[in-house]
Amino acid sequence: MSDVTWKNPVIKWVDSRLPVFSMLHHSTAGYPTPKNLNYWWNFGSLALTVLVIMILTGIFLVMNYVPHTSMAFDSVERIMRDVNYGWLIRYLHMNGASMFFIVVYIHMFRALYYGSYRAPREILWFVGLAIYLAMMATGFLGYVLPWGQMSFWGATVITNLFSAIPLIGDPIVTWLWGGYSVDNPTLNRFFSLHYLLPFVIAALVGVHLWALHVVKSSNPLGVEMKTESDSIPFHPYYTIKDLYGVGLFMIFFLAFVFWAPDFLGHPDNYIEANPMVTPPHIVPEWYYLPFYAILRAFTADAFIYQPFSLLFITPKLAGVIAMFGAIIILFFLPWLDRSKVRSAKFRPLYQGFFWIFVIDCFVLGYVGAKPAEGVLVVVGQWATLYYFAHILVFIPLLGMFEKTKPVPDSIASAVTKAAKTEEA
Amino acid sequence: MRKIVLSALAALTLTAGAAQAAGNAPKPEAQDWTFNGLFGNYDEAQLKRGFQIYREVCGGCHSLRLVAYRNLEAIGFTKDEIKEIAAEYELPAGPNEDGEILEDGELRMRSAKPFDKFVPPFANEMAAKAGNGGALPPDLSLMNKSRVSGPDYVYALLTGYLEEAPEGVEIPDGMYYNKYFPGHQISMAPPLDAETVEYEDGTEPTLENHAKDIVAFMNWAAAPELEERKSLGIKVMLFLILLTAMFYALKKRIWADVH
Repeated sequence: MSDVTWKNPVIKWVDSRLPVFSMLHHSTAGYPTPKNLNYWWNFGSLALTVLVIMILTGIFLVMNYVPHTSMAFDSVERIMRDVNYGWLIRYLHMNGASMFFIVVYIHMFRALYYGSYRAPREILWFVGLAIYLAMMATGFLGYVLPWGQMSFWGATVITNLFSAIPLIGDPIVTWLWGGYSVDNPTLNRFFSLHYLLPFVIAALVGVHLWALHVVKSSNPLGVEMKTESDSIPFHPYYTIKDLYGVGLFMIFFLAFVFWAPDFLGHPDNYIEANPMVTPPHIVPEWYYLPFYAILRAFTADAFIYQPFSLLFITPKLAGVIAMFGAIIILFFLPWLDRSKVRSAKFRPLYQGFFWIFVIDCFVLGYVGAKPAEGVLVVVGQWATLYYFAHILVFIPLLGMFEKTKPVPDSIASAVTKAAKTEEA
Repeated sequence: MRKIVLSALAALTLTAGAAQAAGNAPKPEAQDWTFNGLFGNYDEAQLKRGFQIYREVCGGCHSLRLVAYRNLEAIGFTKDEIKEIAAEYELPAGPNEDGEILEDGELRMRSAKPFDKFVPPFANEMAAKAGNGGALPPDLSLMNKSRVSGPDYVYALLTGYLEEAPEGVEIPDGMYYNKYFPGHQISMAPPLDAETVEYEDGTEPTLENHAKDIVAFMNWAAAPELEERKSLGIKVMLFLILLTAMFYALKKRIWADVH
């Protein structure tokens, strides 16, 4: 995997002036990758695939979309009815947003399971979280653009969260709206930012890959690559494995686009925005639901709110703090996790806790989707508490007290051993 | 602003009541639509019958503002038939060469052309409300997509009227009891019954057939791309399965020397 010399004189000429070919070689055929990556490592390349699809379909949608409150809804319907293959482009974009989150959530849970966030990959993890935050913002902004009922009321509810900030909350909300309610100025700026942020995401993905290529991929065993026998070049091994993954993923993705394009959306968004009619039950897109549940868990009589009440924080502000805090604390994971062992493969207790955490996230998602009433109120409060307890309490404690299983010396030795037992 | 902020906050914290009110309607029974499933498509004859019902019944109150007369070609009408259909409707013509928008004190009108969208039955929202006891008949273009389990719900609603409200339920004058409407109290009088329209193709004019036909037509109005979407989907899937299988074979072969 040393430097290559080019035989073709043209390539040689270009490369000695701008080393594009060397760089390409360096990050493909010359890029060492652990030989033992499983299919959970496919989701990074899948996320990149969706990002490209989103940007391309988005550019074509913009050619026909009209960012004005009186025309936005109809312009989307014109795309669906009169623009050639407009329905395909729009359904790809609409479902692509959900696919992006499905893929990225799996990518993140994989990092949690295998300890991919740990040294020396902390910055890789930070950049990933920054991408996730930018995705959340982009998704929210994009959902407003079709100017349906959920667009309008979702925008109203979410921007209103900022009014929870003491003293300057209300002016901030007015500033965000560009007026005294969600209206045309809001739609215009949301459109502008929705077009901008994907390119910010693309740049962050560049940084993410840059950091990755410095520290290299983690792997299911959680031991670093030491010798050449531990690794294989990214190309052709992982290019073809990733392509196979992309094929499977596209089958999944397009099944929604062609046969259930509105399954992941909300029917109310096919009603044009009407500031005079509030939908009976405002819900955000599914990918925000766990955080929506955390937000709503903080009511005046909720037990998890009581510590905040001592600090004279309103329930609404407490909810907002908790909701953003739920993501912010993930930045501290590399230091909260003190375990000597990186991968859950050798951490039987952490494995169990990991899956309970996954279930907890699904419970939060379910609670977020339902009206806050009856037993679900209490379930939401406890699930919220558990979310924070897992990251702030259980992970540090497990790191200190868990009895881990012996870790193999190298990737190569573990792979050979596994191959031998398989044969026997 | 205050009002919107307040209602948003109310929605944020108090969604329970309204959602509960909506929650007491039974789940509509799933119907066997031709447009369901992997290969689903529209039955042209059924859509034509549905259009007849829209024209003779629903269109009296409900607009269909996203559909143009020219779109009717997709459900089997010829260009000439479409011209004739469009010509039955009138819409404001706008100013003439002298800039006059009025003629004898009335708005200048012209007959609709195939490129026009369906002319709404009322000139504006206020007129629609005034003509319907204060209730606004919703536009039907996207009705099947803007309700949970769309076509099944609309079918259930159209066939779900009870002549007498159940005991203990008070329904004010000018309102009707419907099993499937959220809150059960609906302003729309039962629009369909047996023999509401006279079918030309010999289909039995039962309430159920009427309801099925209009719902199918409304589904076409909401999702005119459905047939193209599903048939393109089959082709794309076959291609993808083949491509992915080849990727898999290639992956197996390239990885054969690892371990």
